[in-house]
Amino acid sequence: MAGLVTTFGSGAMTNSIREIGDASCILAIGTNTTEAHPVIGLEIKRAVRRGGKLIVANTREIELVSIADIWLRHRPGTDVALLMGMARVIVDEGLHDTAFIEERCENFDALKESLKKFDLDFVAKTTGIPSGKIVEAARMYAQNSPAAILYAMGITQHSHGTDNVIATANLAMLTGNVGKPSSGVNPLRGQNNVQGACDLGALPNVYPGYQSVADAAIKEKFEKAWGAELSDKPGLTITDMFAAADRGEIKAIYVVGENPPLSEPDALHAIETLKKLDFLVVQDIFMTETAELADVVLPAASFAERDGTFTNTERRVQRVRKALDPPGDARSDWWITSQIAQKMGMKGFDFISSSNIFDEITSLTPSYGGISYERLENGGLQWPCPDSEHPGTPILHTAQFARGKGHFVPLEYRESAELPDDEYPLLLTTGRSLYHFHTGTMTRKVKDLNNLLGEGLIDINPVDAEKLSVSDGELVKVTSRRGNITARANVTEVSDEGVVYMNFHFAESSANVLTNPVFDPVAKIPEFKVCAVKVEKNSH
Amino acid sequence: MGDITLTIDGIETRVSEGMTVLEATQQAGIYIPTLCYHPDLAPYGACRLCIVEIEKMRGLPTACTTPATNGMVVQTNTPQIQEFRRGILELLLSEHPHPCLTCWRRDKCGPFDICLRNVDVTQRCVLCPNNGNCELQEVVDYVGVETVDLPFTSRGLPIDRENPFFERDYNLCILCGRCVRVCQEVRGVGAIAFTSRGSETLPGTAFGRLLRDSDCKYCGACVDVCPTGALVERNRKWEGAPDSKVATTCPYCGVGCQLELGLKDGRIMEVTPLRENDVNRGQACVKGRFGIPEFVHHTDRLTTPLVKKDGAFQEATWDEALELVASKLSGFKKEEVAVMSSAKCTNEDNYVVQKFTRTAFGHNNVDHCARL
Ligand code: SF4
Ligand code: SF4
Ligand code: SF4
Ligand code: FES
Repeated sequence: MAGLVTTFGSGAMTNSIREIGDASCILAIGTNTTEAHPVIGLEIKRAVRRGGKLIVANTREIELVSIADIWLRHRPGTDVALLMGMARVIVDEGLHDTAFIEERCENFDALKESLKKFDLDFVAKTTGIPSGKIVEAARMYAQNSPAAILYAMGITQHSHGTDNVIATANLAMLTGNVGKPSSGVNPLRGQNNVQGACDLGALPNVYPGYQSVADAAIKEKFEKAWGAELSDKPGLTITDMFAAADRGEIKAIYVVGENPPLSEPDALHAIETLKKLDFLVVQDIFMTETAELADVVLPAASFAERDGTFTNTERRVQRVRKALDPPGDARSDWWITSQIAQKMGMKGFDFISSSNIFDEITSLTPSYGGISYERLENGGLQWPCPDSEHPGTPILHTAQFARGKGHFVPLEYRESAELPDDEYPLLLTTGRSLYHFHTGTMTRKVKDLNNLLGEGLIDINPVDAEKLSVSDGELVKVTSRRGNITARANVTEVSDEGVVYMNFHFAESSANVLTNPVFDPVAKIPEFKVCAVKVEKNSH
Repeated sequence: MGDITLTIDGIETRVSEGMTVLEATQQAGIYIPTLCYHPDLAPYGACRLCIVEIEKMRGLPTACTTPATNGMVVQTNTPQIQEFRRGILELLLSEHPHPCLTCWRRDKCGPFDICLRNVDVTQRCVLCPNNGNCELQEVVDYVGVETVDLPFTSRGLPIDRENPFFERDYNLCILCGRCVRVCQEVRGVGAIAFTSRGSETLPGTAFGRLLRDSDCKYCGACVDVCPTGALVERNRKWEGAPDSKVATTCPYCGVGCQLELGLKDGRIMEVTPLRENDVNRGQACVKGRFGIPEFVHHTDRLTTPLVKKDGAFQEATWDEALELVASKLSGFKKEEVAVMSSAKCTNEDNYVVQKFTRTAFGHNNVDHCARL
C-alpha cells in the first residue's frame, strides 16, 4: 500500500464498511466485490438502492456490472491511463474542489502538468473505452458527493500497482473526497488478517505500528523493550527471500501458516527454490504443498481453537475466541514460536496467553495503545486508538492528512511488463472466486464448496473460443513463457475478447505456474493480473 | 429526531420518533407475537399477528407497520386481540403440521418416545428438522392454541434436497415472505420469489428451477430468517439448540464478519452471523456461513509434529521437534535464515513471529503474503 502512504501518509482503508452504503457515488475498480468481499458487496447494493451512482471499472462482466450506472471495460493494465484520463476531464471542466486542494493538499501543479499527456484520444485508445464514457464517468464521480473509491487486488497486482493506487488517491484529493463520511480511498484487503499482519510488523521495513526500522529512536525503544540488539537495515521481502534462497544465500526458512508455492507467481520456480534449502520448517493446520517440502512440520491450532485478535480491512481490531480444544497435539502459533525462541535460549518469550501478548503489543504500538481485550468485549475498535478513552477512528484524515498535506503525485502511463504477441496472443488475468479462499488450504477441504466449483476453469470469450475451435467444458492446455497447465474451458462473454481469466485456488491447475514474476518496484507486489498466454486444444 | 411518549398496556414509554408501534413496544420490554416481521427487513404487514388496539384508531392495526406517535395509547393483549390471533393461527395451522404445537404430551415427549395412537405418523413433531428451535412454536405458546378445529391438509410437496447446504420443505412454510424479502432487500439477489404452484403460492425460484441454476449465492440469509423448519441447514438438522455459543471473527476474508459458533458435543454444529455490530450486521457469505465446521473438524488436520527422516515424515513429540528446530536454526549464520509470517494468523502470532525474527537473528528478514 505504498501508494497511499506516499499520498496520504497511511496505507489503510480511509473509511468504514458501513459508510459505503451511504455514498452518493462509488467507483469500484479492480474489485469483484460481491465475490471476494461479499458483505461489502451488500453495502454497494445498498448504496445503489438508495439512489447512489455506481461506476464499475473492470475488464470482466462481474455481477456488479448489472446494477452499475456506467461500466468501464478497460483493457487490463491500463488503470493509470483511465484514472488520469478522468482526472484530466475533471480539471479541464473545472469540477475539482479548489478549496480542498488549496487548504489540504500540495504539489497540485505538478499533477496538472502530468495530466497534459492524458488527453481523451490517448486515453480512449489505450484503455479501449470510448471517450464519451470516460467523460461521463469523470463527471459522475466529481459531481456526486460524497464519492468513495473501492479497489482490491485488481489494482495492486500489477508491475505498476503503486502507480495505480496513487492514481486513485489523486482522483479522491482532486474532488475533496477524503476525510468525510462515505468517501475516501478504500483498499479491500484479501485475507482475513492482512491488515493485522502489516500492523503488527510482519514486514521487513517496519516494527509494529509502521514504526520504521531505520529510525534510530524507534530502534532504541524496541532494543530496550526487547532486551536485544536490533538492525536498522530493512530486511528481505518474500520475493527477495526467494531470490536469495535461489542464489544459496538464504539456507533456512521458517514458514508460519503460508503456502507460497500456490500463491507465488511462477509457482514451479518457487517449489524448486524451496527444495534447495538446507532446512525448512512449516507450521500450519494442514499438510499443504509447502509443508510437503519441509524438514519439520508443526501442527497449528485453527482460529476456532484459540484466543486472539484479527484486524479487518477497515482497521477494526476484533476478537477471535476459543470455542474448542485443538485436535491432538496442535497448538497456537504464538505458543510454538515462543517455545522455539525459548529453546534457543532467548528471553522475553515466556508469554502465558494471547492477552498477555496483546498487552505487550499495546505498550509498544501507539496506534493500538488504547485497545485492550477488556474493551474489545464491547465490540471491535478501529485504530488509531491511542489511549483508553479514545473511541477509535472510523474515518482517517478528517482534519489533516496523516502526513500533513495530501501529496499529489504526477504519473506516467507504463505498459504491463508482458503483453500479448504473436506467440502468446491472449492476455491472462487472475482473481478469486466466491466459493474459495486464497490458495484453498481451508476451503478446498470443504466438500460442498468443492462441489460448486471443484476444478480450475479458464474463462474464454466465445469469439476466441471459436478461433481456437475450443468448446465449452473442454480441457485445454494453457501455456505461458514459464510453464503450462491444463484447465477446463468456460466459454463466456463475461471475459472480454483477447482476455482469458483464471482463479488461483487449485493446486492441479495452478494459475500461478503461468504468471509473471515481475514486481512493482516499490510495493514488491507480483504482477498477477496481466501476462501473455496461448490456449490450445489438449492433444490427449 | 426528538423523543415521543406513548402509553403501552398502561406503561408510559419514551421512544425516539420514527419508530413503529412494534419497535416501541419491544423497547418497553413488552412481547407482541410476530411472524412476518424481521428487524432487518422493511415492515410487511402480512401475518397480522402483531395486531393491537390503539385509542382513536379504528379496527386492529398491525403494530409492525404503524408509526408510533406522541400520546398514543396502545393495548397489546386484550381478549379480543387474542381471539383474533387464535383465529389467524388456526387457519395457518390447518396447512402446517401441528401436533408439535398442540400435542398434550408435548412436554413429556423424549427423543425416543413413540407417539403410538396420539399422532399421525406423518405429522409427528420429530419429523420437523427444526423441532425445538421454531418461532411458530413460541408464538403458538404465547397465544395459547390448544386445538385446531379445521382439518389439516398436507401440501404433499417433495422436500428439496438439491443444494448442498440447506433443505427446503415448503410443507412447513407459513408464507411469511421473510426469505423472499431478505434475498431481495438485503442480499440484492432475488433468487427466490413468491411463485404459484397450482392453486398455491409459495416461495421458490423462477420457473421452479433448481436453486443451483438460479442466482442463489448460498449465503444462507433465507435460512437465518425463516421462522419455521421450512428452510433448515443440513448439518444442524434434528440437532435442536446448541449447548453453548461462542462469538468470534470469520477466518476467511478481510471483511471480518462477526460470527457465532454453535457448539454441541465438542463440535461446531452451526455458524450464524451476528447482528449487533458495525461490520456485517446479521449477514455473512457462503464461506463463513457454511464453510467453517468441515475444515475445522477435517480428518486431514495435522495433530502431531512431524520430522522428515530419509524422505518420509515421522511423528515426533513437541520436545523432539522443538529441540531440532531450535538447534538447526541456531546452526546457521544469522543472515542465512528468513521467516515468513501469515495474514491468516492472529495479531498476537504475527507480533511474536516478528519479535522472534528480529531478536533471534538481529535482522529484519520477516514478511508475509500481504501483497497477494
Ligand atoms: S441462500 Fe442467499 S441467495 Fe440463496 S436464496 Fe437464500 S438468501 Fe437468496
Ligand atoms: S420458507 Fe420460511 S421464511 Fe420463507 S415464506 Fe416460508 S416460512 Fe417464511
Ligand atoms: S462471512 Fe464471507 S464476507 Fe464475511 S468475513 Fe467471512 S468470507 Fe468474508
Ligand atoms: S408481524 Fe406485523 S403483520 Fe406480521
